[in-house]
Amino acid sequence: MNDINSINMVEEKKQYINQDVVKRKMSKRLLLNNIVKYLFLFAASFAVAVLAILLYRVSVDSIGWLNLNFLTNRLSTNPDRAGIIGAVVGTVWLMIIVGPVTMIIGIGTAIYLEEYAKRGRLHSFIQTNITNLAGVPSIVFGLLGLTIFVRVFGFGSSIIAGGLTMSLLVLPIVVVSAQEAIRSVPYFLREASYGMGATKWQTIKNVVLPSALPSILTGLILALSRAIGETAPLVVIGIPALLIPIPGSIFDNFTALPMQIYYWTIDSVLVDEYANLAAATIVVLLIILFVMNSIAIIIRNKFQNRY
Amino acid sequence: MSLLIKTNPMQQQQSPFNTNESNKRVVLQTRALNLWYGENHALKNINLPMTENEVTAIIGPSGCGKSTYIKTLNRMVEVVPNVKISGEIQYRDRNIFDKNYLVEELRTRVGMVFQKPNPFPKSIFENVAYGPKIHGIRNKKILKEIVEKSLRGAAIWDEVKDRLNENAYGLSGGQQQRLCIARCLAIEPDVILMDEPTSALDPKSTLKVEELIQNLKENYSIVIVTHNMQQAARISDKTAFFLNGEVVEYDDTNIIFSTPNDKRTEDYITGRFG
Repeated sequence: MNDINSINMVEEKKQYINQDVVKRKMSKRLLLNNIVKYLFLFAASFAVAVLAILLYRVSVDSIGWLNLNFLTNRLSTNPDRAGIIGAVVGTVWLMIIVGPVTMIIGIGTAIYLEEYAKRGRLHSFIQTNITNLAGVPSIVFGLLGLTIFVRVFGFGSSIIAGGLTMSLLVLPIVVVSAQEAIRSVPYFLREASYGMGATKWQTIKNVVLPSALPSILTGLILALSRAIGETAPLVVIGIPALLIPIPGSIFDNFTALPMQIYYWTIDSVLVDEYANLAAATIVVLLIILFVMNSIAIIIRNKFQNRY
Repeated sequence: MSLLIKTNPMQQQQSPFNTNESNKRVVLQTRALNLWYGENHALKNINLPMTENEVTAIIGPSGCGKSTYIKTLNRMVEVVPNVKISGEIQYRDRNIFDKNYLVEELRTRVGMVFQKPNPFPKSIFENVAYGPKIHGIRNKKILKEIVEKSLRGAAIWDEVKDRLNENAYGLSGGQQQRLCIARCLAIEPDVILMDEPTSALDPKSTLKVEELIQNLKENYSIVIVTHNMQQAARISDKTAFFLNGEVVEYDDTNIIFSTPNDKRTEDYITGRFG
């Protein structure tokens, strides 16, 4: 015992860290600490700054152009009389198609994969394909839509063709977010339901879906906001550049906000004011997107951690 | 030594696990039950009776298979992938593993209360009405009657009668567990399985649940898994001691806790291991 104690005493007295060296190097260390902090702050503010510049530019360009007439007028070649009511209606139509279609197919797929499918080959095959689908470029979805909905089904460049193409595009987002939502419902709730003799569907309908719904809705809204901002697929399926009538049914031709921005931007070499119209349309589209994303965030925060 | 026990009360008396009261009927009779999780032989040749209107306690160290066993009694264990079962469990003279015995049907007769209180994130009323609703009762008046009766049965009515529409997660842990018992009573079961129902509760709530179990056995047959030896001694009529997936001993609780036959039982209840 005494031996061990004496060894410990000796070791405690020997110091490996020299306090003088520590003091000498301290200011350097603190300096580096500060530099790194500002470096990261710069990285974090870069994206925000770019967004601010963009917002500033489009806001300035749209001043004087973004007014009630702009929102309610139909499209026109005359910049002073041109409005985006057609594009707004077209975008709303698009959402009316994409919302229900992706909700039904997306949630259905997620329920099948999470609750019914046995973890095996089929399950991982479907799962892998959905993940791959999420990585397919949107222009490829446009080509798919062109082939199937525009040509084979003969829908032409109509709302239904555009809506179904957009649904394909955002479906993986809805499926993956719905899967995560369903997976986050704790097992003990399902157990309680099964323990009372409930069937699988009764358990899904009464326990799993009500608990998962807020997260599913959040994913759905985010997918919708992706859909209304996408341009490439619409270009491919041949949305007309100048469309004056307002679409009345899902089989009518249509245009959407991002398409309007696209054509006005291209044509701004012909008529300067088209650039201002494009800027005003961007502001409208951004406001819609911000509102939708805010709703998604509010839903998510309101229903978090209830167990 | 064969541990086989026949449902016939005459033969039951001759079983090595002598139950002194032969007049007690057996509700759940387990015969030669084996269960594997993949390669892991979790339950080995279990033969056990569960007697009517009595509390049967299942005790044993962690990992001895007691939770697996109680989950087998209402076939909740089958959700585990790669689980394999042989042998039979007779519930009121019908083998629960029969091809045409629906689990949904079994679980309305053999209800379950879980280790952690697991109310639904719904109102207190909706929690209790859940079972009757899934079994097709839509009439509001009848539902109200069932809810009141079940909450009274679980000795929680007085605490919640003025807040039936509030979320169940506003209740304390002990109240939540009694709510879960009420929810179980609402499906009018015959047997109630309880898997360590008080392990997540404070001593005061535990006492309340124990009193409740004592009252419930007048109308129900109860199987309770417990970690707590004093609890088993206090509330149960019969005790089965599990060790490494086997039943070491089954007998009247007062015999198990006073003069156990097996040395291992004695060692366990006197706290020498586990």
